[in-house]
Amino acid sequence: MAREDHLVISSGKAVQPFHYAVGLYGSKFFQELKENRRLVGSKCPDCGKVYVPPRKVCGGCFKEMKEFVEVGPKGTISTFTIVRYTFIDPETGVQRPVPYGYGFVRFDGADTVFQHFVELDEKHPIKIGARVETVFREKMEGTIRDILYFRIIEE
Amino acid sequence: MEKIAIIGMGMTKIEANKVSENFADMAWEAVNAALADAGMDIKDVSNLITTSNDFWDGRTISCMAVGDSSGAREKNCSCVEGDGTYGAFYAMARILSGSYPSTLVTGHTKGSESISSLITNAAFDPIYERSLGVDMITASAMQARAYMDKTGTTSEDLARVSVKNHGNAKNNPYAQLPMDLTVEDVLASEMIADPLHKLDCSPVSDGCCALILADEETAKKFCKKPIWVKGAAFCSDAYFLGDRDLAKPKSLVAAAKKAYAMAGITEPTRQIDLAEVYDAFTYQELMWAEGLGLAEYGKAKDRLKNGDFDISGTLPVNASGGLLSGHPVIAAGLYRMAEAVRQLRGEAGANQKDGAKTAVVQGLNGLCGQSHCVWVLGNE
Ligand SMILES: [Zn+2]
Repeated sequence: MAREDHLVISSGKAVQPFHYAVGLYGSKFFQELKENRRLVGSKCPDCGKVYVPPRKVCGGCFKEMKEFVEVGPKGTISTFTIVRYTFIDPETGVQRPVPYGYGFVRFDGADTVFQHFVELDEKHPIKIGARVETVFREKMEGTIRDILYFRIIEE
Repeated sequence: MEKIAIIGMGMTKIEANKVSENFADMAWEAVNAALADAGMDIKDVSNLITTSNDFWDGRTISCMAVGDSSGAREKNCSCVEGDGTYGAFYAMARILSGSYPSTLVTGHTKGSESISSLITNAAFDPIYERSLGVDMITASAMQARAYMDKTGTTSEDLARVSVKNHGNAKNNPYAQLPMDLTVEDVLASEMIADPLHKLDCSPVSDGCCALILADEETAKKFCKKPIWVKGAAFCSDAYFLGDRDLAKPKSLVAAAKKAYAMAGITEPTRQIDLAEVYDAFTYQELMWAEGLGLAEYGKAKDRLKNGDFDISGTLPVNASGGLLSGHPVIAAGLYRMAEAVRQLRGEAGANQKDGAKTAVVQGLNGLCGQSHCVWVLGNE
C-alpha cells in the first residue's frame, strides 16, 4: 500500500475539563488581587526569600511558609521575548494575534520573577532592566488574567 | 560501581511525520534493531523500561500501549515519563540491584500527531501560567535572551550552532533535517520569538530509540564492543521558571559534577573526546556545553567559533547533527546515547571522531532544563 494511502484518524470533539484546586496560598493571592488590586507573595522563615506566586513550600529550604507579604505593583523586567509565531490560544482555542511581548518581571519586594504579557510600546522599547507597572483589568474576576499586562514606565 | 554496559542500540529514522507507523510499529523497529545489534533474542532480555509522555501520545498510560511490540509480554515491564536518559538510568539501577542481568529501554514520541505548542503549554502551571499561552518556544526564547544578556553571546553565535549541526546531519542516515546552511541563512529565517529564528529551533519530529543495558557478565557474553557506563547522575532545579536563574544551568553543573566524579573526570575539556547534548534550541547547546564543563561559562561561543566543536575539532559537540536536525522528544536523550555509542564503537562513518574513547551525553527533563541527566560513556 502506498504511503499516501495510510490512514490517519482524528480524535473526537469531546474535551476533558479539569477543576484545579488553587489551594489556600493561591486563593489568598487571587482574593487580594480581585478585591484589593494587591499582589502578595509568601516569605520563607529560614532564608527570607519572597515567592510570587505564593506557595506553601520554600523548595530551597524545604520549609513551610506561613507569612504573606505585599509585593509590586511595580517591578523590573528580568528577561523577555516578542512572540511572533502564530499559534492557538489555549484559553480561547483561536489563533492569537502577534506580535506580543512576554516577559519575566521581578516585583519590587520579591525574590522570584513572575511571567506575564508586556505591552509593546515604540517609545519604550522592551529590554532587560526596564521598569514596569502592573495594569489590571477593570472588572476583576479572580484569575491570572486580572493582570492585563506590564507597562514599561520611566522612573 | 559495578560495570554496566550498553550492548545494543536501535533507532528509527527521525522523520517529520511517520504516517506509515504508529507508536507500536516504531517500537517494533527500534527494539528489533537493538536486539539484532546486541546479538540477542527477546528471550535473552528479562525486563524492560518504556519511556513516553501521555500528553504527547494522546493516551493515558501510553507507556503500556507499546508493550507487545517491545517484547514485554510476560516480562517485568516498567515505565518512565520523561526523557529517555532517565529511562536508561532506571534500567541501569535495575541491573545494579542484582536482579536483572540486562534491561531493554525504549523511548518514543510522535510530535506530528498534535499541536506542539498546546502540549508544551500544558506543562506550565494551570493556575498562574497556562492561560497566558506560554509554551516551550516562548519560555526558551526568554531563557535565550537571559543567557545572551549575561554572556554576550550573539545571534551570529547561535546561528553557528545551527550551521554546524544541520551540516553534521548530512552524514547521519537517521537525521530528519540535513542542510547546507550559512550563518546568514539562519539569521534570515523567520523570527519565531526574539531572539530565536526558525533555524534556531529544533523541528517537530517522530521517532523511537531502544538501548540494551547489561551487567559485565552478560555484556561479555553477547557483545564484542560493549560501551561502558563510567558515570551517570541527574539533578533537578525549581519547577517555576521564575524561581530559577534561567541564564545558568545550575542543576546541570551539579549533575555533571557527580557523573564526572564517578568517572574520574577531573578535566573534562581534556579527558572527554566528544559530547552529545540536548540542543532543542541553538543557545542550549552552548549553555549545556558550559554546564558540562566543556567551556567556561559564556565561552562556548568562542570554542564553537574556533571550530573546537566541529567533527574535526578537539571536542566535537553533536557530531550526529543533534536535535536541531531531528527532535523526537522523550526519545531524544536515548538518541544522544545511541549516537555516542556509534562514535565510541568507531561506527559513525564520515562523522567519526578519530580515536574517541570517552563521551559525555546529556538529556533533560522539564522546561528550560529543570533537570539534567548526564552520562559518561567509554569504550575501555
Ligand atoms: Zn527558604
